[in-house]
Amino acid sequence: MSPATRPASSRASSPASSQATTPATGKEPVAVVGIGQTKHVAARRDVSIAGLVREAARRALEDAELTWADIDAVVIGKAPDFFEGVMMPELYLADALGAVGKPMLRVHTAGSVGGSTALVATNLIAGRVHGTVLTLAYEKQSESNAMWGLSLPIPFQQPLLAGAGGFFAPHVRAYMRRTGAPDTVGSLVAYKDRRNALKNPYAHLHEHDITLEKVQASPMLWDPIRYSETCPSSDGACAMVLTDRAGAARSPRPAAWMHGGAMRSEPTLFAGKDFVSPQAGKDCAADVYRQAGIADPRRDIDAVEMYVPFSWYEPMWLENLGFADEGEGWKLTESGVTELDGDLPVNMSGGVLSTNPIGASGMIRFAEAALQVRGQAGEHQVDGARRVLGHAYGGGSQFFSMWLVGAEPPTS
Amino acid sequence: MPAPRSAPRPLRDIAVVAFAQTDHRRTSDELSEVEMLMPVLHRVLAQTGLRTSDIGFTCSGSTDYLAGRAFSFTMALDGVGAWPPISESHVEMDGAWALYEAWTKLLTGDVDTALVYAYGKSSPGSVRDVLTRQLDPYYVAPLWPDSVALAALQAQALIDAGDTDEPALAAVATRSRASATGNSHAQLRGSVPRGEHAVRPLRTGDCPPIGDGAAAVILAAGERARELCERPAWIRGIDHRIEAHGLGVRDLTDSPSARLAAERAGAFERPVDTAELHAPFTSQEVVLRKALRLGEGVDVNPSGGALAANPIMAAGLIRIGEAAARIGRGDSDRALAHATSGPCLQQNLVAVLEGDPR
Repeated sequence: MSPATRPASSRASSPASSQATTPATGKEPVAVVGIGQTKHVAARRDVSIAGLVREAARRALEDAELTWADIDAVVIGKAPDFFEGVMMPELYLADALGAVGKPMLRVHTAGSVGGSTALVATNLIAGRVHGTVLTLAYEKQSESNAMWGLSLPIPFQQPLLAGAGGFFAPHVRAYMRRTGAPDTVGSLVAYKDRRNALKNPYAHLHEHDITLEKVQASPMLWDPIRYSETCPSSDGACAMVLTDRAGAARSPRPAAWMHGGAMRSEPTLFAGKDFVSPQAGKDCAADVYRQAGIADPRRDIDAVEMYVPFSWYEPMWLENLGFADEGEGWKLTESGVTELDGDLPVNMSGGVLSTNPIGASGMIRFAEAALQVRGQAGEHQVDGARRVLGHAYGGGSQFFSMWLVGAEPPTS
Repeated sequence: MPAPRSAPRPLRDIAVVAFAQTDHRRTSDELSEVEMLMPVLHRVLAQTGLRTSDIGFTCSGSTDYLAGRAFSFTMALDGVGAWPPISESHVEMDGAWALYEAWTKLLTGDVDTALVYAYGKSSPGSVRDVLTRQLDPYYVAPLWPDSVALAALQAQALIDAGDTDEPALAAVATRSRASATGNSHAQLRGSVPRGEHAVRPLRTGDCPPIGDGAAAVILAAGERARELCERPAWIRGIDHRIEAHGLGVRDLTDSPSARLAAERAGAFERPVDTAELHAPFTSQEVVLRKALRLGEGVDVNPSGGALAANPIMAAGLIRIGEAAARIGRGDSDRALAHATSGPCLQQNLVAVLEGDPR
């Protein structure tokens, strides 16, 4: 590249005008060709943090039948560094992830980080900076107590109360009041997701003796959220190998293609914020659907992996993401539409309610969506899943990241 | 390190069109992070006439370990005014890497403008101790080797290799702080004593000031950049590389990651006239000058560099901003900007910026 050969002179002569900006020469399509997860559990005392992330990365490489040398760059994400007590741990993890001599980026966007991390990695390919990128997210929550880690008293700011549940419970109550949904809907979500988790060998919670009655009899933690309607605290990592069109052509297994991806953020607290259905979530979904050519998400999307840390967030997000009209989301849940064999399966993997290494939870949603369109989700596979949405959110319902993946390459 | 390849040409012309920073100070007790950041955001937007709602993508860099609490960046977002909702991301890295993420977003063609900001308040804690938490948590961090001690190991290795000596290091400090007299934002400028040994062979004068600060940059693509700025600083190339974490497996007198990043950014294709290096310790300038092949004719750190102001998490982004500002003022035509992270220059980013021919 010689700057002198660039068409600088022609641009220099053009005055500041309303002329359209320089168009990019077209985005490179992005494909998922490798996926790896650890078996998520409460405490992986047998491995270091490096050992945990390497396990997921190796599985993703094996799935793609690639080696460390095939990876051009590494994009890693996790939630707050205080969870493990390591500041900017990507520095220490460079060796374990084969990143020495390569670019390594570290993303942190609160609970949405797993999704955001994958999207940052997709930019590297779509912008033709790199051909093949390893992206990974993890949390090793057994190193600390995440609930109290999320309960820091901050001077002059509203306390988050005891853990994330204390923050979100009033918003669940607001949803129930607003829609008139029966009290039992939350327990239906938990019962479904925990049964789905039994079909996913990587899920943390495998409650073989789960019954609806047990969910409904579990202790009330943050009214109206019961113990069995909350996510666990997990140690786990999830990795994906993303590549360009040429890389996908070499892939030994079917690729999942990205058809749309977006992030949106809004402030934590402000007058007029709708905590039940945040505008940032609606805008993010609308952007993804526009990119993917989705006119009617309920009709055009086959399944969803969404970030549901507390059971009631399933009906809430069904509305926020446009799968149901306002006030109608709980009816989809209640009528069994979101069951694994329903018309719009939600959280086939068991979801965040069954597995929650916080920093990785968003990427697990993205990866599970990709597994579905690759036809590799095993026992929790949805037959004929062609287009699946992966969704993550974080902070005070303020950070959103989503992607839509398909079995076919994007047409435009 | 992989074999060097020729620098790829970016898919799109992207430039730095505005830059603003705080006056960096030892303490800012009376200000929260968002209060420190907000005036900088207002100034950088005012330079272009853009408002938050005009910005296509926003990306920031900061660390919870300075703020002392989880999710600290979420409150900083209040300074941006993210309503209606914005397309936004955050890296737990120096703002130079936030700029890199924004650059990739612009490359995709999804957006034409990006706001990048970074901030760090080192004053509430002991940053020397805080940075030990970056080290291998099993084998190194329990020993609490502080950042000055690790930099001193590197300085001693350079002296042992015959690459520098204490008077030469002192000269780097003197030159940097003399240059900083022209920089109203700098924290340390003019005549600064060499001081006692902090950790031999480094004296207090070889170390950066500890302070609080913030910075912001606006990027724009193609014609949009020309509309927003008289003389955009075009990013001809930008790349970053990381090295092994263990100091024992690295040659501390060299920086292969900085060299490779520079190669990939196209820095060696033609000489630069200016270099803004993120070298918090005098000895690290010696390493970087060698790795980046900066000759005598290059004006190194005309801003005073990190030896004059080192607000952690923002200091790397400031190097890019300072280089771009010099191009904007017509003081440079082709400048190299560098940012670093991790112990002893473990991770390095290099950007090559150019003004249009005059």
